Amino acid sequence: MIQRSLTLFGGLFVLILLMGWVMGLPFTSSRLVEAAAYALIALGLNIQWGYGGLFNFGIMGFLMVGGAAVTFISFPVNPVFWAGEGPAMLGKALLAFAVGALIVLAARKSDRIGITGKWKTALTVLAWFIGYCLYRSQIDPAAAYIESAAGGGWIGGLGGHPVLGWLFGGVLAAGIAYIVGKICLGLRTDYLAIATIGISEIIRALIKNMDWLTRGTLTVSPIPWPTPLPQAFQASGMDGSTALLAARSGYLLLAVIVLAIVMWLISRAYAGPWGRMMRAIRDNHIAATSMGKNVTARQLEIFVFGSVLMGIGGAMLVSFVQIFDPSSYQPINHTFLIWVMVIVGGAGNNWGALFGAILLWLIWVISEPLSKAVFDFVSTWSTQFGWGAIPEIEARSAQMRVFVLGLVITIALRFAPRGLIPEVVKRER
Amino acid sequence: MTELVFFTNQVIISGLVLGCIYALGAIGITLIFGILRFAHFAHSELMTGGAFIAFLLASAFAAWGIVTPIPTGFVVLPIAMVLAAILALGIDKGFYAPLRKRGAKPVTLLIASIGVTLMIQGLIRLFFGAGSYSFFETEPKEVFRFDLASIGSTRPLVITEPQVLMILVTFVSVLALHFFLTRSRLGKAMRAMADNADLAQVSGINTALVVRVTWIIAGALGCMAGTMLALDVTLKPDLAFNIILPIFAAAIVGGLGQAYGAIAGGLLIGFAETLAVFNWTMVLRPLNAILPDWMQLPPTLALVPTEYKLTVAFVILVVTLLVRPTGIFKGASS
Repeated sequence: MIQRSLTLFGGLFVLILLMGWVMGLPFTSSRLVEAAAYALIALGLNIQWGYGGLFNFGIMGFLMVGGAAVTFISFPVNPVFWAGEGPAMLGKALLAFAVGALIVLAARKSDRIGITGKWKTALTVLAWFIGYCLYRSQIDPAAAYIESAAGGGWIGGLGGHPVLGWLFGGVLAAGIAYIVGKICLGLRTDYLAIATIGISEIIRALIKNMDWLTRGTLTVSPIPWPTPLPQAFQASGMDGSTALLAARSGYLLLAVIVLAIVMWLISRAYAGPWGRMMRAIRDNHIAATSMGKNVTARQLEIFVFGSVLMGIGGAMLVSFVQIFDPSSYQPINHTFLIWVMVIVGGAGNNWGALFGAILLWLIWVISEPLSKAVFDFVSTWSTQFGWGAIPEIEARSAQMRVFVLGLVITIALRFAPRGLIPEVVKRER
Repeated sequence: MTELVFFTNQVIISGLVLGCIYALGAIGITLIFGILRFAHFAHSELMTGGAFIAFLLASAFAAWGIVTPIPTGFVVLPIAMVLAAILALGIDKGFYAPLRKRGAKPVTLLIASIGVTLMIQGLIRLFFGAGSYSFFETEPKEVFRFDLASIGSTRPLVITEPQVLMILVTFVSVLALHFFLTRSRLGKAMRAMADNADLAQVSGINTALVVRVTWIIAGALGCMAGTMLALDVTLKPDLAFNIILPIFAAAIVGGLGQAYGAIAGGLLIGFAETLAVFNWTMVLRPLNAILPDWMQLPPTLALVPTEYKLTVAFVILVVTLLVRPTGIFKGASS
């Protein structure tokens, strides 16, 4: 088993070296930073699916939340917003939200005063409607004002350190995961998958359209780095490409440190009684219940833990590319890709998830230039035969990534359903 | 009367069209869930693939100079449906049947269906690029305008020819499906297998045949839904991928495994979406004359802003899953 993992990681290392040689160091270094962030996200899914057996298909939502969080914390302060009436109007909207929430809560407790059955349902629906109207009546003018020139366009950031933003991404993702988990975890497999996809789409629609909060499709950039930028190295007298490499190595180092800490923590958790209990719940939740484990609470716990890692990973990705663009988030790139990483790598095994994340990210990024090379080759060949060249090679090879991803997962399910580095099942006699 | 006609145009017609498309897609999803017990995400690609097959056939017809009185998209639909059914059978044979034989869990089949989604979408984009196509490049899209001045409306009632045909075709195929499921031996076998697969097998039902028929129906109806959607808007590679969740919402609201539920759910989601973004001020404007000044209606009075149209379906989906996961028609619950 260990030998197999070592061989696979050795192969991965050779692949990275090869990539650095063929594609150039700047390309490879930035892909490696992204791979580290994706590895963190894949570990988050590995906790949820591999340890806990939870079917989370809403990864995209948590990545977006993390990205929005780091934007909010680390982007410079927007003085126009704070000087205008925006904060006061937002405060009123928040108050309206709280009042609306109280109304809904009161309606849900209405059985205390003797309103039950259908009447209670009707009252609850009415309360939701009133609360919603109340909130909309305050938030709509506030949003319109902030989005106008007088309001500053959007609320801007807080000017904090990006690492704080990563932490906030984790916290915010945890909060949302708590709410999502609280309402969805009663559902089993397929239903949970569909519900979480639905929720992640709702989150995407909100972040994309709440221009006052996230600037929506207008995008936010440049988001600061936690480590010195290439420009800083250049100012101290380095030439362009060396400065770029030095800055990226700094970022990569930070990302790898975070990854290593997380890896150490979750491996310890896996080996400990907590991990054993989680696997017991995953394999047979009825038996686990009868042994006195609180299955619902444990599943909520693991759902929140996994989502924290997703939030941090999403924040790392956003601060690395320095731009937060809500419309660039797609279920294929940000949910299905992660799933393929974990399944191909080996669900339930942290090293497997790590391996799968790096391998799949590299496959995902090199499949485009690779298929372009193949198309170019076929094109010259077909031109020689007089069949003419392949049209629009650039656009076509960009689409090959999706096909390659589908091919990889299909082959993996067929021939290595437990992943390349499968979970080690210890049997004690 | 103008307001009523406006309401009909904006809500009743577009809701009905959207609802028909959702319903046709949801029938396939619900049948597959009923028989094979997994959420088939690749259904969106059956729809898009079917629409592209129909588009290729229609282009071929146009190239051969065949002119038809109704839009070519509808003429080629039966052929496209047959081809899409064959495609669906092929996908099952190539990807799902081996996993089923190995005794894989439904979860694995779900992930496999995502793999199939990615592969087909990659292939479609490889061959057709990321641009959009229209069925009406060589022929005009006929628009019927009924002048309703006689009943006091300043606006005409507008409906396009594809929309009329679409509603008719959906109605006919739903009726046909109903008779198939309730009158034919095979249809009854399908319902029996959806109720209890093991019991159906021991009572001598050919389950392999039922599975094949399920894929044929799902593929054909998916192709129909995809083609109609492409006829109503434009044809692009992510045509159905974007609406697969509303379709799942329709299937779940109706109760997974219930064919009639899927139809009801599809119409419900379609109308809910159009009603939620409908601007009520347009209808209630006459009230402004009797309301006092401080209560005048704002220029837009919609339940949700237009950009959240698809979100309505997701909210309905999540709420249904939480409040009544079996759906209106008491479908399967896992």
